[in-house]
Amino acid sequence: MTSARDDQLVGRSVARREDPRLLSGRGRFVDDIELPGMLHAQFVRSTVAHGTITGIDLTRVRQVPGVIAAFTAADLELGDITARLDRPPSEFVPTAMPVLARDRVRYVGEPVAVVVARDPYVAEDGLEAATVTYAPLAPIRCEEQALAPDAPRVHAEAAGNTLVDVSLFATEGIDEVFDQAPCVVHVDVRTGRQNALPLETRGAVARWDDREEQLVLHTCTQTPHQVRTVASRCLGLDERAVRVIVPDMGGGFGLKCVVGREEIATAAAALRLGRPVKWIEDRKDALSASFLAREQHYRARAAFDTDGRILGLDTDVVCDMGAYSCYPFTAGIEPLMAAAEMPGVYKVPAYRVRGRGITTNKAPTAPYRGVSRPQYVMAMERLMERAARELDLDPVEIRRRNVITEFPYLGVNNITYDPGSYLESLDLCEQSLREAGWYDRQAAARAEGRHIGIGYSCFSERTGYGSTAFAQRKMEVVPGFDVAEVRMDTSGAVTATTGTISHGQSHETTMAQIVADTLGLDLAKVKLHQGDTDRVTYGWGTFASRSIAVGGSAVRLAAAKLGDKLRAIAAAEWGVHPDETELDRGRVRRRDAPDVALTYEHLADTAYLRSHLLPKDIDPGLTATAVFDVHNDGTFSNATHGVVVELHEDTGQVEILAYVCVEDCGVAVNPQVVEGQCRGGIAQGISGALFEQITYDAQGEPSATSFMDYKVPTAQEIPEVVIHHLETPCAFTATGAKGAGEGGTIGAPAAVLNAVNDALRPTGVELDNTPITPETVHRALTPRTPEQTP
Amino acid sequence: MKPAPFRYHRARDVEGATALLAELGDEAKVIAGGQSLVAMMNFRLARPGHLVDIAGLRELDHLGAGSGGGLRIGALTTHHTVETAPADRLGAGFEVIRDAMRWIGHLPIRTRGTVGGSIAHADATAEWCLLAVLLDAELVAHGPRGRRTIPAGEFFFGYYTTALEPDEILVEIVFPGPAPHAALAEFAERRGDFAIVSAAVDLTTDGADVRGGRVALGGVAAMPVRVPEAEAVLAAGGSFRDCAEAAARAVDPPGDANGSGDYRKHLIRNLIERACKEAMSR
Amino acid sequence: MNDTTGLGDDVQLITLDVNGASHEVITAPRRTLVDVLRHDLRLTGTHVGCEHGICGACTVLVDGLPVRACLMFAAQAEGARITTVESLADSGTGELSDLQRAFTDHHGLQCGFCTPGFLMLAQGFLAERPEATKEEIREVVAANLCRCTGYQTIVEAIDACATARRAQRAVGAEEESCN
Repeated sequence: MTSARDDQLVGRSVARREDPRLLSGRGRFVDDIELPGMLHAQFVRSTVAHGTITGIDLTRVRQVPGVIAAFTAADLELGDITARLDRPPSEFVPTAMPVLARDRVRYVGEPVAVVVARDPYVAEDGLEAATVTYAPLAPIRCEEQALAPDAPRVHAEAAGNTLVDVSLFATEGIDEVFDQAPCVVHVDVRTGRQNALPLETRGAVARWDDREEQLVLHTCTQTPHQVRTVASRCLGLDERAVRVIVPDMGGGFGLKCVVGREEIATAAAALRLGRPVKWIEDRKDALSASFLAREQHYRARAAFDTDGRILGLDTDVVCDMGAYSCYPFTAGIEPLMAAAEMPGVYKVPAYRVRGRGITTNKAPTAPYRGVSRPQYVMAMERLMERAARELDLDPVEIRRRNVITEFPYLGVNNITYDPGSYLESLDLCEQSLREAGWYDRQAAARAEGRHIGIGYSCFSERTGYGSTAFAQRKMEVVPGFDVAEVRMDTSGAVTATTGTISHGQSHETTMAQIVADTLGLDLAKVKLHQGDTDRVTYGWGTFASRSIAVGGSAVRLAAAKLGDKLRAIAAAEWGVHPDETELDRGRVRRRDAPDVALTYEHLADTAYLRSHLLPKDIDPGLTATAVFDVHNDGTFSNATHGVVVELHEDTGQVEILAYVCVEDCGVAVNPQVVEGQCRGGIAQGISGALFEQITYDAQGEPSATSFMDYKVPTAQEIPEVVIHHLETPCAFTATGAKGAGEGGTIGAPAAVLNAVNDALRPTGVELDNTPITPETVHRALTPRTPEQTP
Repeated sequence: MKPAPFRYHRARDVEGATALLAELGDEAKVIAGGQSLVAMMNFRLARPGHLVDIAGLRELDHLGAGSGGGLRIGALTTHHTVETAPADRLGAGFEVIRDAMRWIGHLPIRTRGTVGGSIAHADATAEWCLLAVLLDAELVAHGPRGRRTIPAGEFFFGYYTTALEPDEILVEIVFPGPAPHAALAEFAERRGDFAIVSAAVDLTTDGADVRGGRVALGGVAAMPVRVPEAEAVLAAGGSFRDCAEAAARAVDPPGDANGSGDYRKHLIRNLIERACKEAMSR
Repeated sequence: MNDTTGLGDDVQLITLDVNGASHEVITAPRRTLVDVLRHDLRLTGTHVGCEHGICGACTVLVDGLPVRACLMFAAQAEGARITTVESLADSGTGELSDLQRAFTDHHGLQCGFCTPGFLMLAQGFLAERPEATKEEIREVVAANLCRCTGYQTIVEAIDACATARRAQRAVGAEEESCN
């Protein structure tokens, strides 16, 4: 029962509760934690990409003044981190990721030993004193090497260096569809390996609390309860004996939603030494030796009829998952997402896909904002563009003919799409660029020999995955539901807990908006607690754009339950049925006599301090807990992105002249926050399209170990983004909201790539790979002389 | 990314600094603004046993007219000081120097980084090194054996290698004469990065006519280089395009992750032409 | 005084002027200014993002100008005035400064990790160049990295603050001339 107010907070851009402390330098990030007697850990890391460890000598390390201890895998005897899928061996091969490498190293930067010192400077002195010898093995650096028939194996148990291999859907008669189609187009799309790159690197502070008989692990993770599970298993502790606390967190973007080896090793060192131990990852390690993502290869073809309607889609996607399966998602994270969802916003009647996750000698892959969707949307949108060219159709028109317009829509991939604004967002996006004069400007520029291009991408994004949707992936660990608790004290103030964990998403504000609205309270009366496994009942954390859709719904339900209890207490005092009452601005009032009301403070007083007044069927206290799960395929946010670029002939630079995003995430709890998510996501999408990539040399050494080499774009490269909102409320989340965290990142690479290709149209060159470097553009713009033609 | 241990020495004057350097030998390194050195030390790519901090030598922080219309810049002058110097202090004909400052890193780097530090560090794409070579700067070094002046053309030996002796300090940079028709152009993928290629020209003009000029490039070799072939085109009255083309033909830039040799040649063509046009428009 | 070095190397006593207060610190020369601010003086508002001078999370003011506190040894900062993010809000009431308010009004921060660096960058820049245009602001904002916002709202926040300050000064000047 919502209070009847015209001053609803949901839907308004209220100022963020997080801001005052973060703006004043009073945030508390993991590296801000200082404990008495605290020691500092750093990791000896593999210097070879692939090899057998033939010796580890830490004698000299332990002699460095100020070094307290140094441990190898053999010293710590920790359990491995092993992520699994419930799939047959033909589809999935589990591989163990040891906390510290034991006998084998599989990427440059893999942790081999942990050094603990009185000071982080000394810890690094210790690293330099370590002697580790390797018998090098041939590194597997790419798909071609991994899948070569006689390739050496990264993991002995993984034949063909393949960890995941699924063939899905295979609509009956799909071969005939392709054989008979009047138009079949192909693409070969490759995307570069990227780092999600939260500005705060990973880190942990671990200590043993004697009084609580607990390991207290402060760490910046998106999934505190999952870290607790892994820590308890690796360390051999009851789960009760591990408390994971997430302080303020400087971004995550997926990189922090998997369990890292270093935080477990840090905890182990703290237990072993009986002293607090801190580990803060440095940027060099964060860039090359944490978790990476996005290196994928699509070989796809699509069949169209002469009107440009898609008849079939056939894809082979290979994802380079690096050296290990991440926990809990496994090496299936990228290929399974790509295979399940590639048809996207389009009415695809026939579909076949093979999705593979291969293992190579590179730092392992974790989810990164959008997970495979930026890539398969790119492949899909390239197919659309190519078909439009082939059939001489306008690129917007061909999309118009193919987007899903009737909902719910059951896709060829067995996914039911809930209502969205696929066509409306496309139309509005095109209209926006047209009205701003970009089509005219493009024509004028072309006449002058300049290269201006306009590109679009259409996509939807499954958000609010519940356990039903996650179970379809057949993970051994199935995320989905979320738990919230809402508690009122005798002052009428409310504490809410959520199993999600904000690291930029503004939950302290948005979740409080939901609670405040539900209970008719001022925002200041609501405080959110998150990211503490002892304070929060249980939770799956923040990833997959689930927080507002799932976590927000749980918070909403719990607050409503608490409201019911307040009404019941008031009804008892009045001797009326609870249905005769309603919530109203911090009070419960009688429907038949709205002037008769009891304040929350009064009711809380009864609930706690004078509980003898409560009827027998009402327990003392004011606490309500609710679980929310999504028992269907989830809810789909959608958007269309439109981009205008100019290619500069003199340098090959791609300049983004205009960027329009028309997005629909259902009810926007806080529109300013939604826009922030869009803009930030788009910036990351552009980063992948034009700038960022980690490559590996012949020895398997990563190219990017500093921000000189890993080119995170600045305010000079990222354009201003115009955002238009559409709102198709979700029918089954408790707030009508859909997820908004990843969409920006998903749409940007395809739109940018399409715009570049539109600009290149007079040259006849088409680009299918990202990142698009200035040199690539320069080559595309340079007319080839006959002898240069291969 | 914490530096290895070192001992820190604060120099009180130039003599003291050079004496200290002589005494400490190879283990010692001079630090001024430290904007390149500290980053390298944090990576432990540089690990001097001693740092001699010369930042307190205020006599090396100056900027003003030299004899014969030249410009003298003290080694400790920051890029930011040059960037914000009033026109009368910089003197007429040195706009190219002021305008080049915006290419050096970003504001918080320019507030600490020094002219002398940049030249002594000798990054192959550093703007100061390119300007010094282009404008035939005289680099004044002070050491236990006294003061000497090294022409810029004889100062840079290769990647991060210069004519400075380990016990010498660069104290002053003298640009001998104004360069009213000079300009610098460069390209990097991302704002503030070291250039993939940088090009600078100093044209000799007679009214609207070009009589000749100097052409220098960064990012094409281990140090900034003059390109006589391109200068010959200017002296012969050739077009800017021909000058740029001659330069692209004359050098053989190495390829790396930022671009192949061919791509660099393409940049050379366009950046030299751009610099020439800008120089003429001054 | 606070000895956190625990080192055998050449420890020295230095005096730092931070936010108007004088602090004596015993430190090893290799400790960077940002580490001394954060861990010796417990001013943890200044953050560490890359330790090679590119991300700008550690930006503080030294003698009023923005610098990278990771590219400076604390020993080099003796004798200079250092200003950190902790100085911006009113020390008594905690009331945010106009610049800080502009960041919250424009949603110029999300996770907040890069924010102190951007605030100090803007604080130093606007003090020196109050007449800065939005394009100049954008160029200066390019000095630091943010992974959350896409920069647009940071530029807008700083521009709004600069514009408001100019308007306020114009009003002040007008009142002055009326008197």
